[in-house]
Amino acid sequence: MITYALGFALACFGLGLILNLWRLSIGPTVADRVLALDTMVVNVIAIIVLYGIQTGQGINFEAAMLFAMTGFVGTVAFCKYLLRGSVIE
Amino acid sequence: MMYALEIFISALLVIGGIFGLTGSYGLMRLKDRMQRLHAPTKASTIGVGTALIGSMLHGLMIGTGFSWQEVLVMVFIFVTAPITANYLSKVHLHSRHYDGKIPETGVSRDWATFDKTTEGAEPLLPSRNTGHDS
Repeated sequence: MITYALGFALACFGLGLILNLWRLSIGPTVADRVLALDTMVVNVIAIIVLYGIQTGQGINFEAAMLFAMTGFVGTVAFCKYLLRGSVIE
Repeated sequence: MMYALEIFISALLVIGGIFGLTGSYGLMRLKDRMQRLHAPTKASTIGVGTALIGSMLHGLMIGTGFSWQEVLVMVFIFVTAPITANYLSKVHLHSRHYDGKIPETGVSRDWATFDKTTEGAEPLLPSRNTGHDS
């Protein structure tokens, strides 16, 4: 039963990635593209975790942790750049 | 017992998938750029958190043990999503699209990101005239 639920969840998050790519390509402003990238990071974390369930190995969760940290830092750096014109003042 | 846990994990995974898809669909579908902030920062966060809880329970079920990485990922995502939303809404408020269309704050001061005064901001709530106080 977990196999079917896993397939459903993977399909949902994969479809979400495609929708985010659409917003990333048509986004009217730069902030929309930054938001689409942030959502893509969240979806990729979910896909890595689901893949970890599928393989049963714990090594994938460290990759998910690295994605969570670098994704947040990247988003905040983009926003600081858009607000101030520089990342570190 | 094992079967019930399996059903519970499957339900968590399905709910997480639905929430994540809702967040991404809202990001694509909503019209205004301020509305577009809502879907990914709330629905996607809940979806990933639910999937992470399912993954933790699955790790406990198949015997690979409790993994601290997933707790860290969940804490990190739940802490950083509001910060991301705050920064992006600041970017939107400072963009030219919202010039003159920003609603009133309801208090005597401007929105915090435009407020140039240096004294501390009191938590000043908008007063409502109920007619009971003299």
